[in-house]
Amino acid sequence: MATATEVHHTALTLTDHLPILQILIPFCTAPLIVFFGSRSLAWPMAFISSLLSLIIATTLLVSVSDGSYISYHLGGWAPPVGIEYRVDAANAFVLFLIAATATVVMPFALKSVAHEIPKRNHTLFYACFMLCITGLMGVVITGDAFNVFVFLEISSLSTYVLVSQGSHRDKRALTAAYDYLIMGTIGATFFVIGIGFLYMTTGTLNMADMADRLQGQGDNRTVQAAFAFIVVGMGLKVAMYPLHLWLPAAYNYAPSAVTTFLAATATKAAIYVIIRFMFTVFQPDFVFDTHILIWIIGPLALLAMFAASLIAIFQTNFKRMLAYSSIAQIGYMMLGVAMFSTTGLTATMVHLFNHGITKAVLFMGVGALMLRAGTTFYDRIAGMGRVMPLTGAAIVIGGLSLIGVPGTAGFISKWVLVQAAFEQDLWWLALIIVASSLLAVIYVWRVVEALYLQEPHPDAIHKEAPMLMVAPMWVAAIACLYFGLDTRFILDAAATAAEGLMAGSAGMAEISTAAAAAATDH
Amino acid sequence: MTLEFFLGHVNYWLFIILMMTGFYIVVSRGNYVKKIVGLNIFQVAVFMLYISIGKVTGGTAPIFPTDSQGKIKVDPDIVYSNPLPHVLILTAIVVGIATTSLGLALIVRIREEYNSIEEDDILEIEAAMAHAENEEHGSAMGGRA
Repeated sequence: MATATEVHHTALTLTDHLPILQILIPFCTAPLIVFFGSRSLAWPMAFISSLLSLIIATTLLVSVSDGSYISYHLGGWAPPVGIEYRVDAANAFVLFLIAATATVVMPFALKSVAHEIPKRNHTLFYACFMLCITGLMGVVITGDAFNVFVFLEISSLSTYVLVSQGSHRDKRALTAAYDYLIMGTIGATFFVIGIGFLYMTTGTLNMADMADRLQGQGDNRTVQAAFAFIVVGMGLKVAMYPLHLWLPAAYNYAPSAVTTFLAATATKAAIYVIIRFMFTVFQPDFVFDTHILIWIIGPLALLAMFAASLIAIFQTNFKRMLAYSSIAQIGYMMLGVAMFSTTGLTATMVHLFNHGITKAVLFMGVGALMLRAGTTFYDRIAGMGRVMPLTGAAIVIGGLSLIGVPGTAGFISKWVLVQAAFEQDLWWLALIIVASSLLAVIYVWRVVEALYLQEPHPDAIHKEAPMLMVAPMWVAAIACLYFGLDTRFILDAAATAAEGLMAGSAGMAEISTAAAAAATDH
Repeated sequence: MTLEFFLGHVNYWLFIILMMTGFYIVVSRGNYVKKIVGLNIFQVAVFMLYISIGKVTGGTAPIFPTDSQGKIKVDPDIVYSNPLPHVLILTAIVVGIATTSLGLALIVRIREEYNSIEEDDILEIEAAMAHAENEEHGSAMGGRA
């Protein structure tokens, strides 16, 4: 490799450009799909693009797994003046989750979208899907605070469109999309106000540079206001209880493929942004001094775990129940953050991933049931587990992982979370975590009961879902089991990410040394 | 708080007033179009905040002066305003337009389906739909819903 500062001007090999390709590939696929305007080409292009993203994300994840990071300078302009893409253990992990979910959901989407969305919208649908992937990946990969806002809006705007596509089955998808648009825009605007305050104080937009300049600014009222705006703004995107009101309707009425993708990635990317700002930009010390974790995020997380789980128990619709369960699971992730320890953050990162794959299985199950039963109310999916054995079994695996039964991915994240509680001698918290998992047993059992212990509804089509839907579902289901048994990969990656985050801006070092470190990374 | 302080920060006071006006409209109005208008005011207020940040006391427009031949003549004595917030806001304006147009497009579709753009009417229709669903699926489940 060339000398440190010149690497990015002289980066000639393809591997040097992986961070930007990660964004560019889906970003360019979207207009190409529209340009060709061919229904038969749209899906293959979208699929190849997601597959390439996955390959890139995997390469990036492997190359930063030792705790190092890659800094990519856009257009050769060195940060803090230029925009920087920065890949480290924490965001490579989330990138991998997004790319993997997109790749798994794509084959599923082919049949599901054909069933749920009118033909004339297909090309535009896949174009929007690609933009959504671009936005989410951009939010995660960028090291520039304003860039986060721009990508956030790219992903949000495409998400509103994707959600509204459910209107051909149920017109409430339109109002769900509208409500999401209003709340999402308020959230994003709050976030951009926060960025404005930070820029006012520091005069920079580069996150690492910002972190350096914010050192010792803990008493500054502007910085505190910025922190509040950013946490509330992103809290809306995360659907952090009680800012979750858009989520149940949006997940329930969106097309199944969209719900699967969003549930597994969108809220996760937002959680990543909150963590990144809390621990890297604002520094752990600052966050600790504001007491927000103990007095606001922690209690709200606990409330989410119980309130949302209780609401989930009383639902009559499988899809809606899963939406409420998502809010509860986000509670676990925020609880990990609120514990303010490396183990707690590890739990958050692990749960982020594990819950992603778990919800992917379950929502794909919902999509398959939707195809055969027409709707997912419990009385209509009754007995479908018997006539759709593969789908039924995958849903059971997903359900077990949601509860956190040993041997599934969900167990690992809850185990780490309980460990984090014990580390701080919070034995009552460990009991609370277990108690709320027991609520999950109830709502998962209601589904299993409906699927297996009742007679099939006469109106449903008594046939297994097509292979193209079952196969991705099982890929995700097997991932749930695999990551529940072999925890090395996931725990190591999450622990590295958490250590980097807890180290504050030390994990992001100064700009001058960043380039040098990046050079050795290659 | 002196008068000087108040007048010196007049942009920021206006930003707060405009922002809260927009926010209030979004929350209080039931008409979907009015909500979008409120949202727009809310976003525009933020543009004002950013542009205020860019102001440097005594600063002029950030354009290098040229001599008679049209060559750029860099003069280190001139104080320039910060152009970066303006550039950021250009992006934010584009985002704002996209949001507004998407919101309005959704309203058109909502009007087609519900024949109303008033939140009260729509909530009533949706409540009736939810009630019908509960009736159908709840009773099928033996009233356990």
